[in-house]
Amino acid sequence: MAFGGRDVLHGLTCRFPRGKISVILGGSGAGKTTVLRLIGGLIRPRRGHITVAGEDVTTLSDAALDRIRQKLGMMFQGGALLNSLTIFDNLAFPLREHSTLPEAAIAEEVHRQLTAVGLSNVDTLLPGQLSGGMIKRAALARAIITKPEILLCDEPFSGLDPISVKRIEALLRRINQQLDITMLVSSHHIPSTMRMADQVVLLRQDGTVSGAPTELQNSPDPWVAGFFNEEVDESLEAEAPVSERPAERWATS
Amino acid sequence: MSALVRDLGWAALLFVDHLGKLAVFAGQILPPVRFRVFVQEVFNLGVLSLIIICVCGLAVGMVLGLQGYNTLVRFGAEQSLGAVVGLSLIRELGPVLTALLATGRAGSATAAEIGTMVATEQLDGLRMMSINPVHLVITPKALAMIFVMPLLSALFIVFGLAGGYLAGVAIMGVDGGAYVSSLQSAVDFSDDIVGSLLKALVFGVLVGLIATYRGYTSAPTSAGVSAATTSTVVVGSVCILIFDYFITALWGV
Repeated sequence: MAFGGRDVLHGLTCRFPRGKISVILGGSGAGKTTVLRLIGGLIRPRRGHITVAGEDVTTLSDAALDRIRQKLGMMFQGGALLNSLTIFDNLAFPLREHSTLPEAAIAEEVHRQLTAVGLSNVDTLLPGQLSGGMIKRAALARAIITKPEILLCDEPFSGLDPISVKRIEALLRRINQQLDITMLVSSHHIPSTMRMADQVVLLRQDGTVSGAPTELQNSPDPWVAGFFNEEVDESLEAEAPVSERPAERWATS
Repeated sequence: MSALVRDLGWAALLFVDHLGKLAVFAGQILPPVRFRVFVQEVFNLGVLSLIIICVCGLAVGMVLGLQGYNTLVRFGAEQSLGAVVGLSLIRELGPVLTALLATGRAGSATAAEIGTMVATEQLDGLRMMSINPVHLVITPKALAMIFVMPLLSALFIVFGLAGGYLAGVAIMGVDGGAYVSSLQSAVDFSDDIVGSLLKALVFGVLVGLIATYRGYTSAPTSAGVSAATTSTVVVGSVCILIFDYFITALWGV
């Protein structure tokens, strides 16, 4: 996969087990979000195949992709809630589009999902009136309201305080257990990964490393173990002369 | 010299590339039309533009009345003021100035709104819900722009005629009956009024397409939204003036 001539993902091969929580780890710009967008068919790779629910999404038409996407739910990093709609209407929207449920049943389902993610009295609020953590929870509720088989969560912990991180993490675990949803979570949050992941796929420049979180944490590969233990390779930092640091270049220009 | 030729060639290629993409994009703006969203967009683009259109129409009409009177009185032809104001507004100024005003107010707002939806992944969110964002967001906005442009132009002309009457008759003392009768005898329904509305319709198509295309293809950043808004106003205004010349030259409107 490449953007503007820059290779983002190269030699990526992995499987995500059904009904489990898989966390895609990697540094900033490693391509975690790109993996999720590839699986959702939002972008197409230059080469390779991606099989979702038995079908290769890289070759499907838009209509066939829409059929596959009915089995997918996606929680975007920024929520991606429709700004012009209230929280209630945001959650009701996919049900109104894809089901024949009467309005009363839709309202009941929306309130059930909002309660499940710990949100109440937000029906008439617009997304812009919610905090970051509340937006994430509303986005999660919208993603699961159609009962997808696979849930893609893009950086669900980014920009949240520690309490909110634990709250979202507990929600994801509960949803995974109660609804038996296969979850793919992109993250760079190591503590939550260690607590919730059944499988970790670590993205690196020369491919991927996957396994159980504890297995990778104790990996003989110093880069993999270092990533899990949040260690900085100071020898690499020392290679760049001080004058080459961008901030200092700007300050002197 | 070779650099100039290379730059010109590159610019020509980019222009053709954009033209092709615009044509493909325009091909997607097809029914089904979501009627409720369309009505909402007619309100956003049309009703919310009423004040600016009425005020500008009145002001332009008053200026035309004053300038027309000052010119015609030299030849003792001030009784023809109604014809001068009417023909200027109906054949030229009404549709062109309305389109320029609509580009500045509604076109830029449309591009900014769609661009923001791109930047905040709202359109991707719709795709992941198996909802075509072109049908839900783009088509109603583009069609609403096409629908409201002739109506706004007609309103601009009516207020312009009233402004001309106010300046010519109430202020400068031209006979009211002469103003109305010269207007009535000079304006031809099929040549002038239908032609004027057709011109406004073409401008509506132009502004609707350019605004939605620029927003839809904007870079997903705040700078991208800003660039989409600016280029909508610039490209839209230039296209309106160029098309105005060709419509006038070819159709004689």
